[in-house]
Amino acid sequence: MPIEVLMPALSPTMTEGKLAKWLKKEGDAVKSGDVLAEIETDKATMEVEAVDEGRVGKLLVAEGTDNVAVNTPIAILLEEGESEVTNLSTAEESTPKTAARPAVQGEAPAASTLPAAADAGGPAAPPPSEEDRFFDRTVKKTVREALRDAMAEEMRRDPKVFLMGEEVAQYQGAYKVSQNLLQEFGPERVIDTPITEHGFAGLGVGAAFKGLRPIVEFMTFNFAMQAIDQIINSAAKTLYMSGGQMGCPIVFRGPNGAAARVAAQHSQDYASWYAHCPGLKVVAPYSASDFKGLMKAAIRDPNPVIFLENEILYGHSFDVPESEDFIVPIGRAKVLRRGRDVTIVAYSLMVAHALAAAETLAGEGIEAEVIDLRTIRPLDVHTIVESVKKTNRLVSVEEGWPVCGIGSELAALMMEHAFDHLDAPVVRVHGVDVPMPYAANLEKLALPQPENIVAAAKQVCYR
Amino acid sequence: MAAPRRRTKAPSDTVSSNTAPQASPEELLRYYRDMLLIRRFEEKSGQLYGMGLIGGFCHLYIGQEAVVVGIQAALKDGDSVITSYRDHGHMLACGMDPKGVMAELTGRRGGYSKGKGGSMHMFSREKAFFGGHGIVGAQVPLGTGLAFAHKYSGDGGVCTCYLGDGAVNQGQVYESFNMAALWKLPVIYIIENNKYAMGTAQERASAGELHQRGASYGIPGHQVNGMNVLDVKAAADEWVPWVREGNGPVILELKTYRYRGHSMSDPAKYRTKEEVEKMRTESDPIDQMKKLLLDSGIADEDKLKEIDREVKAVVSEAAEFAQQSPEPDPSELWTDVLIES
Repeated sequence: MPIEVLMPALSPTMTEGKLAKWLKKEGDAVKSGDVLAEIETDKATMEVEAVDEGRVGKLLVAEGTDNVAVNTPIAILLEEGESEVTNLSTAEESTPKTAARPAVQGEAPAASTLPAAADAGGPAAPPPSEEDRFFDRTVKKTVREALRDAMAEEMRRDPKVFLMGEEVAQYQGAYKVSQNLLQEFGPERVIDTPITEHGFAGLGVGAAFKGLRPIVEFMTFNFAMQAIDQIINSAAKTLYMSGGQMGCPIVFRGPNGAAARVAAQHSQDYASWYAHCPGLKVVAPYSASDFKGLMKAAIRDPNPVIFLENEILYGHSFDVPESEDFIVPIGRAKVLRRGRDVTIVAYSLMVAHALAAAETLAGEGIEAEVIDLRTIRPLDVHTIVESVKKTNRLVSVEEGWPVCGIGSELAALMMEHAFDHLDAPVVRVHGVDVPMPYAANLEKLALPQPENIVAAAKQVCYR
Repeated sequence: MAAPRRRTKAPSDTVSSNTAPQASPEELLRYYRDMLLIRRFEEKSGQLYGMGLIGGFCHLYIGQEAVVVGIQAALKDGDSVITSYRDHGHMLACGMDPKGVMAELTGRRGGYSKGKGGSMHMFSREKAFFGGHGIVGAQVPLGTGLAFAHKYSGDGGVCTCYLGDGAVNQGQVYESFNMAALWKLPVIYIIENNKYAMGTAQERASAGELHQRGASYGIPGHQVNGMNVLDVKAAADEWVPWVREGNGPVILELKTYRYRGHSMSDPAKYRTKEEVEKMRTESDPIDQMKKLLLDSGIADEDKLKEIDREVKAVVSEAAEFAQQSPEPDPSELWTDVLIES
């Protein structure tokens, strides 16, 4: 049976091209790999190789023809023993290959920014939590100790969990978060790495693909920019790209945001960077109990989790449940202070400022409801919307820059889910849109202060 | 260091082995068949691409078949494999189903990634094939991590981590070499040197010899004729056990050649037709094996034709499946983003 040679697609975007030159003429023998023709695309001149063997029966498109559509028959190849093109008309009519592109199966889903499940009846409720019942027996702990305890408990529980990073072992952690872990678990599970963020982040992801549960510490998240390709392209996307085969149970953790006087390259909030990416979970707690409970949840989670800590918070003390069963589910915000006049949403160190602002506001007769987001992705929109339904006002607080920030996201979400409940535009309190300055006075000006939050709350209350 | 002295050759040594260990007739026939399967599969892929059935980027392995077939022949069950985006040959050599690979190329639900990964992103946990990665060099830390996991769990496995002559200039490759050597990880870095990083010839991009790139880390490196499957197998037989014994990583530079462009849309104007033709006629790995089989009397023309027919049938079946398998259900858009815990 004669074989039709079709105008090939020679690039991802090509729909037509010029048949520049025939290199075989009618009657020529052709074997697999022979160049049949030259075709000009908008980018280049390409050679078309024969796939099948045979003899050129007929050239259907003359050389020099412009705008030949992809999949148009351009020649007829005769197989061994076939005579002239006796039934060319049949060959021309039976063009099964031109119809080879499949019809779209089913209806394409409507373009939407939200999964269908999240649309009806408002945002989905957060995962259930039993965390409150553990607060009957607590002990005062710093955030630093809470993190260490969480890692130690999970390492005792699961031998697949290990910690790696710069200075995590012998030095006991650059910020002393991994104190005594080397002594308890040994150098096979508490691993000092060279200064090689891109490399050890990728190494951790590979180990997670194989079923281990790495905790990768970045000395600060500023240095994780060296590794962000592995975090996004490898850790976050591979489950999807593999059709669900390659899970990546890994925790990337370390201090995030401004510390004090370390200037632009060491003072940046990455919450919105990572929260932007599907395939990641992003956590940024404030209290020691949340650091502990969320770290345990992050280590047990089958997905990559970005765990944003804060250097200034490491030394802060909070009541932490004694029980090793205490765990805080990822994806649940927490209302830290009840109020009816305005909702203030914050995360990480900014929660402290929000609470301080609420205290000041209370003195002026404004009762603020303060919500600690705790998890940035998946965001607990439900809890925020329920609060805004009551207060009708929202102030967001973040250390990061305003453009495409967490506050921008919250403002958009309120448009989508709480538009009819808002009595004032959402106001964002955020870091100033400049690289972090070094001078003490400028640094203070660049970061949100409690008085900025107070002013924003008054603004949305029209006071 | 526990390395037997005879094996710790200076990194400048070249293994161009005509002293390949005797392979059995069955093994030789299998290498021929496996290389031919990759060749025919890739030719079919090119054809389906030309018909618009395969989209996006598509990097064919034609010419390089001896590399993966020779290396894989020296591995054991449980060893892990990872490579970059020129990955179709590796998947077939790992024993993955040609139907599932081809259906992924056409973006159908019968594909290994349910149609969501495409040519460059395919995986099989069952066959310990860890991708299929689209970012040049990114598979090197990942493969080093697979080796870390082999060592951590003490399962006796090794990782074969393939990279190209373009990837060797990525910084993360050296970050990986350092950690692999420091921690004696069981990883074999296989540099598939096909002479061109897309359109840039090796000498225009890379200073020095590629197999020596691990020298300052103390990683032994060897150059191997990657156009001859027996040379490849001999090098793998020598070094895979050495790595498995806990001596740390090794670098094998396989000198090979791709006949086609970097990807389907590459007109390959950076090299002459004569250069390509010379490799095809003088060094083709499949022709070499065919000659060996015929000259040694292991197979006659009829036997080879039978293999050809079998391979052609496998590829036709794969192509048929890849066109008949439906596109993914629209609901798949939302699945596999996260594992529900």
